[in-house]
Formats: sequence, structure tokens, C-alpha cells
Amino acid sequence: MTILRAKGYDWRSTAFHAVTLAATALIVLAVIVIIGDIVWHGAKQVSWHFVTGGTKEGMFDAKTAGVFPMIFGTLALVLLMTVGVVPVGVITAVYLTEYAKSLSPITRIIRSAINNLAGVPSIVFGLFGLGFFVQFVGGGLDQMFYGGELHYRKPALIWAAATMAIMTLPVVIVATEEALRAVPNGLREASLALGATKLKTIWKIVLPEALPGVLTGAILAVGRGAGEVAPIMFTGAAYYLAHLPTNWTDQFMHLGYHVFVLSTQSPDIERTKPILYGSVLVLLLVTFLLNLTGVLVRAKIRSRLRHG
Amino acid sequence: MDKPIIQITDANFWYGAKQALFDVNVSIMPHQTTAFIGPSGCGKSTLLRCLNRMNDLILGTRVTGRIAFNDHDVNAPDVDVIELRKQIGMVFQKSNPFPKSVFDNVAYGLRIQGMTDKTELEARVVKSLKKAALWEEVKDRLHESALMMSGGQQQRLCIARAIAVEPEIILMDEPCSALDPTATAKIEELIQDLEKDYTIIIVTHNMQQAARCSDYTAFFYLGRLIEFDATNKIFTNPTNKQTEDYVTGRFG
Amino acid sequence: MNERLTTDTVVLPKAQRRRTPRRRWAEWLVERGIFLVSLSTILMVFLIFAFVAREALPVILRKTNNARSATPVTAAQVSTMPPEQLATYLGVTIADLKKYNAETVKALVELKAEELSQNVSADSRVNTTSWGWMLRARQWVGYDKPEYIWQPVSEIPKYNIIPLFIGSLKATLIALIFSVPLGVGAAIYVSQLAKPKIREVIKPVIELLSGIPSVVLGFFALLVLASILQGMFHYSSRLNALVAGVALGLTVIPVIFTISEDALSTVPSGYGQAALALGAAPWQVAWQIVLPAALPGVFAACVLGFGRAIGETMIVLMASGNASIMSGSIFDSCRTITATIAAELAEVVFGGNHYRILFLLGALLFAVTFVTNLVGDVVVHRLKRKLEGAR
Repeated sequence: MTILRAKGYDWRSTAFHAVTLAATALIVLAVIVIIGDIVWHGAKQVSWHFVTGGTKEGMFDAKTAGVFPMIFGTLALVLLMTVGVVPVGVITAVYLTEYAKSLSPITRIIRSAINNLAGVPSIVFGLFGLGFFVQFVGGGLDQMFYGGELHYRKPALIWAAATMAIMTLPVVIVATEEALRAVPNGLREASLALGATKLKTIWKIVLPEALPGVLTGAILAVGRGAGEVAPIMFTGAAYYLAHLPTNWTDQFMHLGYHVFVLSTQSPDIERTKPILYGSVLVLLLVTFLLNLTGVLVRAKIRSRLRHG
Repeated sequence: MDKPIIQITDANFWYGAKQALFDVNVSIMPHQTTAFIGPSGCGKSTLLRCLNRMNDLILGTRVTGRIAFNDHDVNAPDVDVIELRKQIGMVFQKSNPFPKSVFDNVAYGLRIQGMTDKTELEARVVKSLKKAALWEEVKDRLHESALMMSGGQQQRLCIARAIAVEPEIILMDEPCSALDPTATAKIEELIQDLEKDYTIIIVTHNMQQAARCSDYTAFFYLGRLIEFDATNKIFTNPTNKQTEDYVTGRFG
Repeated sequence: MNERLTTDTVVLPKAQRRRTPRRRWAEWLVERGIFLVSLSTILMVFLIFAFVAREALPVILRKTNNARSATPVTAAQVSTMPPEQLATYLGVTIADLKKYNAETVKALVELKAEELSQNVSADSRVNTTSWGWMLRARQWVGYDKPEYIWQPVSEIPKYNIIPLFIGSLKATLIALIFSVPLGVGAAIYVSQLAKPKIREVIKPVIELLSGIPSVVLGFFALLVLASILQGMFHYSSRLNALVAGVALGLTVIPVIFTISEDALSTVPSGYGQAALALGAAPWQVAWQIVLPAALPGVFAACVLGFGRAIGETMIVLMASGNASIMSGSIFDSCRTITATIAAELAEVVFGGNHYRILFLLGALLFAVTFVTNLVGDVVVHRLKRKLEGAR
């Protein structure tokens, strides 16, 4: 029997490779087309004025439009959200990695709950934000502190941020868990052997070592938070506001929400197209910039831990 | 005098920058059992895997010299590695039956060659299971999952699977190291039987096994072939001092 | 020295002995706190469902009734009616009702009585918020056959939710038909056939895709994709289930790709090696050995993809056309549950029937995604255990 290459052509192998390669290529192509289209049309619009200007008049005029209030609102939202989600996420991740017994029913239920949170549709978060935060908590606060006067029981930055915090919690927990698990057990053992308590070991040894991963989790959450629109539509975002938000009870403008409204409710789509593309590009840039910052910060801390 | 079925001439092998085999020369005779022995890391498994080009799966490997199967260099550009592997089969250290039924495991090699005739497949499967001394134990459970069997049975299944495609050579990479003594004995018995129809090359770190099963033995140390001779001679009157030290247990 | 033996054989000097128990007590408290914070995740899931369902409870429990009886409500009865019911009866918002003085309310009640005595049709006697009419077709006055109609803003509000479910399913199925072959195909290529360098390039690209916000994909579908597809297929409604489905598929591809690729990569390498040693070609190893072994994980990927697609809001809101019609054609506009909630919540009367039914839709949606998530999780969990058992 010969081991030489067979005379026939193995068309099945080629076909299989071709089909799977085509699937991969199509996906890559789609990404290139989408991002390319946005950059191509949006780049002309994104000028210094566009990014720093307000929208006092001429919201629909490509020459005078600006998205600064939307950028400000988006950043204010994610900042507030981060303040809420990072502590809760890190604490939960610490519990799951350092304290929980993996086969105990409570642990399984907690993990199941986190997985479920990750799967809740964004609009349901919007309903929850409205029903719970705005109506229930806001209403309760108004009753308790303002005698029923309207202060909190309305769409506000704080409620939108709280809703987004719950929504992005799973992201932070998963990333932090990964980071904690990556810390070698040897470090923990060394600390405990010196007589430190578990809590002290976590606080002084494990968490600092896991810091890059924790930051990654926070940045990922922020990236998600900056782009979601459905949860904030009824809990705080507004299309046009005369001033920037100064209090967490204020409403705010938001890049994603702005894109949505412009796309679906502008009277003359041709005139708003450049502004729309510009806003979308700014949104993408903000999202990617946040992710990039995260990657850089993580790299810097990693190198400092290694050489410091 | 038979012609060697495998002729290795001046073979050298690298994993990236690290050289693992140095100027190896050996002839394997057909219908015999040859054992590769030596301490851990001496290159015996590496050489074995060169014969059916399983090292191709690892990135950065390089081989020079001539490794000839039936007088044809297996690394030549006109060689179809898939055809090569159909003629040189392999049984691995850790038994790896597919998560399929016993029947489908043994039939797999035949199916990928295009055999679809049910009667023919059945006949070949039964034949292979009988040759692998497994038939009696599985004849009533042919369509049950192969993962339900004991370690020893799984390994014999892997042998049956390899035999089914009727290769000329069967390579065995420490086939018994994960098995208990009873299962090991069964497989050693099997090797004696299989010799009639196939050429067997077995890598083992168990010297007694080599002494029991093989006709020829090659002793490797640190990537070099130290001595190659009839098994009797290697174990009773080796030429090389290192060989003597190894087989008498002074090191390794 | 007067040393008391403790369970620790180390005896601490008196000063330290006093300090330690208090610190340990504080730490114990912190650790309890950590546990409680972790439990809050369970609380959150429960709260989400509870508060969404809470607003919908009156409808679920059949406590709402917007059927207009033939006899109008008298002025005397008005004083005993709760404000929400009165507002609905009169067809005004509660905010407005609070502004009216007694005289105005009396006048409105009289007007309503007049209206009712003239406007009694078969339709108005029906409780359109009952489960029966939310789910069954009805031949409304003026129609020639029974229809499933979602038309909350109307003389007689119709709350049939079937068109919305059909719309969601249509868009989701199109998304899956588009994304499963692409996602799984790419996963097979990247994990089984491609050189490792290609893997290093493709994975970041997929991550890039997953980082694009859904509002951006919705925008792209609305502006660009709709035109492309209309040019290809020449159908009449520019925004329809197909456009929304394809764009949805793009959000789902990263989910399916990542989980499938993970499942394929964690199949024990022994299987692949055994197959190769038997003379199988790489494509045979991938298709006949590795993929079947990874099937539970790939299935879970699809289930999770389904959950993701059916819960997506912005893309369908912007690209599906939002017409709540019952149609089997993919070229027709459709309305999903998510888009309905998002589009109509801004304009409902707080506490009114429409408001409650939107929350009901939210609760139903939550239940669906809860179940799909559970199924996906269980399968992945079982898969991990099976692979570990087979080792």
C-alpha cells in the first residue's frame, strides 16, 4: 500500500475548510463594514467644536451642533454607576472566591442569581428602574424627607446610575473573580503562615495583587454602561435639557439616547445624517477610549507589581 | 533475510531550539516486536511519534535525516500523511476511546476511509475485537458507550480500533502505564499474538515488560541510541556499559 | 508566672491578649457583611421580578375591568370610586383628575353618562384586559373576521399580546438562522482548523463586535442595512423583521462564537489525537469527533443566544418597523415585546391599564429569559461535569 499522495482531489476537505473560513470572514467583514461606514461618514463631523459645543440652538444644523452635554451626561452616569457597582461587585467576588464552599447550595444559588442578572433584558431593567427606584424608593424618600413633595420620585441621574449598576454587576463580579483566582495560593499561604487573619490577607495581599483584573472589570462595566440605552430611557435620560446636570436628582443628556432619538424622530433625516454619524462616532470613540484606558492602566499596574 | 520495514538513518530532532534526538540509526524488522527503553526524557516517545508524524501537531518541531517506511522517506514532500497514518497505527499511553459506542469506535477508522457497507463493517469490527481479545467481553454491549468500560478494556478497545484499519505497523506508547497488573498481563499476551500479523514497536519504561514481550530492544539515553540488539542479548549480555547499568537497575 | 493555658499554646502578654478578641470580633462582623452583600445578588433578582410583576398584578389577578356596562356610573357612586378607576372611566389622567374641582368632575360624569347611553356596542362591553382577550382573537366591530389586535390607543383599547409574541419570535428566529451557522462555523474554524496566529486576530475582532452598543447597530440597520437588503430583495416595507433579525444576529454572534469556541477547545485532546492517528483528515476530526463531543456547549451557546436576542430592545425598536401585525412573512414589519414596552411606556397613564399591561409584558419577558438562562446554565454545568468524569 502506498503512502504517496492520492491522485484524486479531496473536495470534502476543501469544502469544509472553505465554508468555515467563509463564516469567519463574513463576520470580520461585517465588523469592518460597520465601523468603516461610521468612521467614513462621521469623521467629517467630529470637530473640536462638535465635541465641546453645546446644542443651544441649531441642534439639527450640522454646522452648529455639538455633543458636549451628551458626553458629559454619559460620563456622569458611568462615574456614578461605577461608584455603586465596583464595591458590591468586588465584595461579592471576594466572597465567592475566598469564603464560599463551592458545593454549598447557597453558593450555587448566588452564582445562579448572578447568571440570571446577566441575562435579564435591558428593557426589563428599565421597567425595574422605573417601578422600583423612581416610584418606590423615590416615592419613599419624598414621603420621608420632603413630606410628599416631588424631589426624588422622578427620572434622575441617581436612579439611572443605580439601574445601570445592577445591570453591570455580573460583569464586574466575573472579572474580579478571575483576577482573584489568578493570585497564586502561595501568597495567601505565606501571609496566613505569618499569623495574619484571612481578612487581612485578602485586604493587604490578595486584593492589591488582583488590582489590574479588578480595574479591567470596572472598565468593562463602564464600557457596557456607556452604550446601553433601554435602561435609562425612563429613569433619567432626556433628549434636550437647557443645562448640564448639577445634582444627582437632575436628568441628563446621553450619547446613546441622543443617537436613538435623532435616528427615529428627526423630521429631516438627510439633514441630521451628518450629526447622527458624528454622534455615533463619538459614542464609539468614548466606548473604545474607555476600554483602551482600562487596558493601559492594567498594563501599567501589572508592570509596577512586577518591577516595583 | 527480511528487509527492514522501518529504516532510520542519521535522524536528528528538535523541539524548537532544544535538540531531542541525536544521530539515531536503527532498523526495525517486520513481524517482530521491538521495544524502545530508556529513562524518562531519553527521546524514545519522540522517535516513536516521528514514525507516524504525530510530532507534526506540535509547533516548532524539526527533523533531519531519513526515516523510511518500506523504503520511502515519510517526510518526503510527496507523502500523504493521512495515508501514512492509515498504515502506521498508534495506541496511546492514556486510553482515548471516542465518546461513542464500542462498535462506532472500532468502525471509525473504516468509515473515514469510505466503507459504508453494513455487513462488511460488522465483519471487520468483530474480527478486530476478536483479535484484540475483547470480543467475549463486549459482544452483548456493542452499542453501549465505550466510556463505560474499565481502563484495561478501553485500552484493548483502542488496540482493536487501531487494528481495524489493518495497518502494517502498530506503535504503542507506554500502553500499560495507566493499567493494573492483570490488565497489563492481558495486553502483553495480546502483543505476542498480534506479532503474527503486524509489526509492533512499543515504548516502555518497564524493563521486565520489554524483556517479556519484545524480540528486539533499543536502549536510548539522552536522545541517543546506545544499543540495539536482540532482547535476550540486551538483558543478559549487553555490549555497552551504560546499557548494563540501566538494565540492572543501577540508574533510571 | 501565672499563665493560663488556652487552646493556643502561644501565651500572649496581658496587653495583647485584651486587644485580640476585639479585633477578631470586628473582623467577624466584616466577614458577615461580605456574606450579606453577596446575598444581595439573590435579592436583586427577586426584586426585579417582584417590582415588575407588582405593577402588573391587577391585570394578572383579573382585577381590572374596562368593560363598560350599559348603565353608567351615577354621581353618588363617583364618590366611592378610587381615583385611578374614576380617571380610567372618565378617560382622563390621574394628574388631570386631581386638578379638577367637584363641579368639573360632576360635569364630566354627566357627559360620560350621555356618551355611554349612545355608544354601547358589543365591543365596549368586553373586558379587553382579561386574559381571554389578551390571548384570543376576536372579531371586533367593523372587521370581517376574528383578529389578534394590539391597539392600546383607541376608542376601545385592544390588548392582544399574540402579535407581539409573534413579532419577537420572528425577529429572534431570523437572528438565530443568521448567527448560529456563522458563529458556530467561525468557532470551528478558529478552534480546529486555523493556525494559532489567526486565532489571535479573530478573537479580538469578535470582542470588538461585542463592544458595539446595540443602539449603534440599530442605527446602522436603520440607515444602511435596510437600504442594502431592500436593494437585494425588493420588498415594500423598508424596515421589517428581516432587517431587525439580521442586525440582531450581529449582536448574538459574539455570544454564540465565544461559548462554542470555548466548548470546542475544551474537548480532551486525546480524542483528536486518536482520530488523527487513525488517518483522519483535520476536517473529519473537527466534524465527526470534536463537534459531537462539544455539542452540549454549542447547544447552550444557542440557547443563550436566543435569550439575548429575544430580550434585545434598541435594535428592534429602530429597525423592525414597529407595526403590530400578524404575518408570517419576514419582509413585513413586525413589533416585538421589547420594542412595545420601550415605545409606549413614555406615553401611558401611570397606574392605568396600558401601563400595567406593559409591565405584564416585561414580567413575561423576564420569565422567558429566566428559563432560557437556566437551561443554558444547567447544560454548561452538566457538560463540564461530563468532561471531567470522562477524564
